[in-house]
Amino acid sequence: MKTEIIAAGFGGQGVLSMGKILAYSGLMDDKEVTWMPSYGPEQRGGTANVTVILSDERISSPVLDTYDIVIALNQQSLDKFGPRVKKGGILIYDTNGIHKHPERTDIDVYPINAMDAALELGNSKAYNMIVMGALLEAMEYKIPMENVVKGLKKSLPERHHKLIPVNQQAIEKGRTLLKKK
Amino acid sequence: MEEIRLMKGNEAIAHAAIRYGCDGYFGYPITPQSEVLETLEALMPWETTGMVVVQAESEVAAINMVYGGAATGKAVMTSSSSPGVSLKQEGISYIAASSLPALILNVMRGGPGLGTIQPSQADYFQAVKGGGHGDYHLIVLAPSTVQEMADFVGLGFDLAFKYCNPSMILADGIVGQMMEKVVLPEQRPRRTDAEIREQCPWAATGREGRRKRNVVTSLELESDKMEIINNQLQAKYREIEANETRWEEIDTADADYLIISFGSVARISTKAKELAEDEGIKVGIIRPITLWPFPTEAIRKAAEGKKGILVVELNAGQMIEDVRLAVHDSLPVKHFGRMGGIIPSPSEIVTALKEKLIAQA
Amino acid sequence: MDIQDIIKPENKVYAAPELLEEVNMHYCPGCSHGVIHKLVAEVISELGIVERTVGVSPVGCAVFAYNYIDCDWIEAAHGRAPAIATAVNRLWPENVVFTYQGDGDMSAIGTAETIHAANRGENIVMIFVNNAIYGMTGGQMAPTTLLGQKTATSPYGRRVDLNGYPLEITNLLKELDGTCYVTRQSVHTPANVRKTKAALKKAFQNAIAKKGTSVVEVVSTCNSGWKMTPEKANEWMAQHMFEKYPLGDLKVSEN
Repeated sequence: MKTEIIAAGFGGQGVLSMGKILAYSGLMDDKEVTWMPSYGPEQRGGTANVTVILSDERISSPVLDTYDIVIALNQQSLDKFGPRVKKGGILIYDTNGIHKHPERTDIDVYPINAMDAALELGNSKAYNMIVMGALLEAMEYKIPMENVVKGLKKSLPERHHKLIPVNQQAIEKGRTLLKKK
Repeated sequence: MEEIRLMKGNEAIAHAAIRYGCDGYFGYPITPQSEVLETLEALMPWETTGMVVVQAESEVAAINMVYGGAATGKAVMTSSSSPGVSLKQEGISYIAASSLPALILNVMRGGPGLGTIQPSQADYFQAVKGGGHGDYHLIVLAPSTVQEMADFVGLGFDLAFKYCNPSMILADGIVGQMMEKVVLPEQRPRRTDAEIREQCPWAATGREGRRKRNVVTSLELESDKMEIINNQLQAKYREIEANETRWEEIDTADADYLIISFGSVARISTKAKELAEDEGIKVGIIRPITLWPFPTEAIRKAAEGKKGILVVELNAGQMIEDVRLAVHDSLPVKHFGRMGGIIPSPSEIVTALKEKLIAQA
Repeated sequence: MDIQDIIKPENKVYAAPELLEEVNMHYCPGCSHGVIHKLVAEVISELGIVERTVGVSPVGCAVFAYNYIDCDWIEAAHGRAPAIATAVNRLWPENVVFTYQGDGDMSAIGTAETIHAANRGENIVMIFVNNAIYGMTGGQMAPTTLLGQKTATSPYGRRVDLNGYPLEITNLLKELDGTCYVTRQSVHTPANVRKTKAALKKAFQNAIAKKGTSVVEVVSTCNSGWKMTPEKANEWMAQHMFEKYPLGDLKVSEN
């Protein structure tokens, strides 16, 4: 098993921390993991992306041409990484603010509206966990939820552990959003 | 059983330093390595192991604090990124000249000048050819994984103390910033002052227990005496070359082509090798782990009977000079590099291999 | 009374300091460094701290201080002595650490290290020998060179429009919360020598008691750089240097 994922969006949407929770969940599930962020001023409102690789084997390159799964949370990211989904791979994108939708037919495309879902939960900060729910649902490799919860515990500072149930709820909500285009 | 952690390369450096029993860290913030100092300040090792952590007023002050600490026999280190490491060169030259053990981490970013904060390997020449003034060498270790970031803290210090010579971990923004699984070394106690006095009889610790004073200096105005010191340094470098060269080889025996790269780029090259093999091109990988001493002999041997070598680096062509010296131009040696903080993808490397070597054959 | 009576130990009124090496110093005849070295050696001896004292020597005329005073030494790069002393102080808190610096080291190339070590209140002694000129490199202008003073790089006299004003770094250090004792002395008369020794002793005692940074400036001569006889240089110093760099304590902390 090897799953190569990139998540991209605006800085502040929480892609880096979502990637971190995903990586930790994989780690708790005994996988080899690599989390590689774009770093620097992008973190303050520009575009940010994170590559997460989960694998049974030693991971070679943290830099990839193509991905099993692309998560695009704005138009710029969709334009950049949409074409780089492997044939037969998965593209999840947030429809919010998207005017040019993907047209590929050789991959599975899942449009989601994660912000509305987050607002329905009454917690816009849970946005990235909604997206993560959709991702976990879409992935062929299924991480047991108990290991996702362990991943949450590992990646959140102790003082935020009280938020774990909210995050779990958001993940579950996110799972229900996944509907093929 | 050690707890398995997920952390950034920079964080791993900080944890590994405390676990090694490092006595002091002296640094100044600069992207992309500020997490080293931040992590140390958050972990407050002075409360546990007694390790000293100082945010200095500049990189210049920080490296001179390292020089001062090393002169007293303590295990001390600093970290910075390219522009900051340029500032440290004076102090590094003094540390090397005085034959002191110390550890310096450079998480390289793109230059020259203020350049970019994105990853680069453009300080290869600076690290392996000297950097500061005078004839000297650092022991240069190039980590490609977060685990190696952690492991090379111990290795770097061990080699530094074994040879009384500064070691440098030459990393790049990729290894510094990415998170991977890491198993931290066991916590070792810091050496006691008495142990330091015994192990480092040359150290300027105060004359306690000695009649004769210890002076740590790199100054010698008499040329015949200075040349003796130079020759002693060179003899030490030959010994390090003979004993401490490290590298990794992947499938070099059956390959037609070799890709040689270091640090995180070696991992991208490994992926490129897989892609090339899908197209029927047989590629072997050599990853120098010590950039100085350079695995000259290993590369020479591996190159025998090959059709060509591609050297891939995040620079305009630096390590390629050492590769060409190793093989004496007995086969085509080409360079592929990206600069400005751009990281080549595996397929770009395959394309370069085809265009620069296979198409020319 | 014959010679045997005279040399009886109980009649001994003066001896070379125990920690001063019996070697020829490289300093020019008439230079202030020799006297200051002697005082430092005496103070370390009298306080009984040689086994835990580490000196940091500068780049400048005092670069070879380590050949003369019999304690452990680290020779610094130009200006960096306070950074080195910081590390020794932090890593060996029981040790007593002093820097010995000239005006170029302390107030030109090493200004940042000097101010920040003092501002951190490192428990160190900074001995600052201010002779208003770069002696080692052949008499060039220092930050402390007086206006109108001729040097190799201000051959017609220091001018404000070209060179700015003489830098009173000791006055700056006085203002920092990290310094506990800042004083300015000289060694051109026996009385001043005694005062300087008392100042040095106080500074080392502060370091032992971990009170913060002590700075002892010694306004000094450089007769060869100033192109004067030693005697004339002392006179010139008293006439001109003390006006800009008046002697006395600038700061003595209560605690």
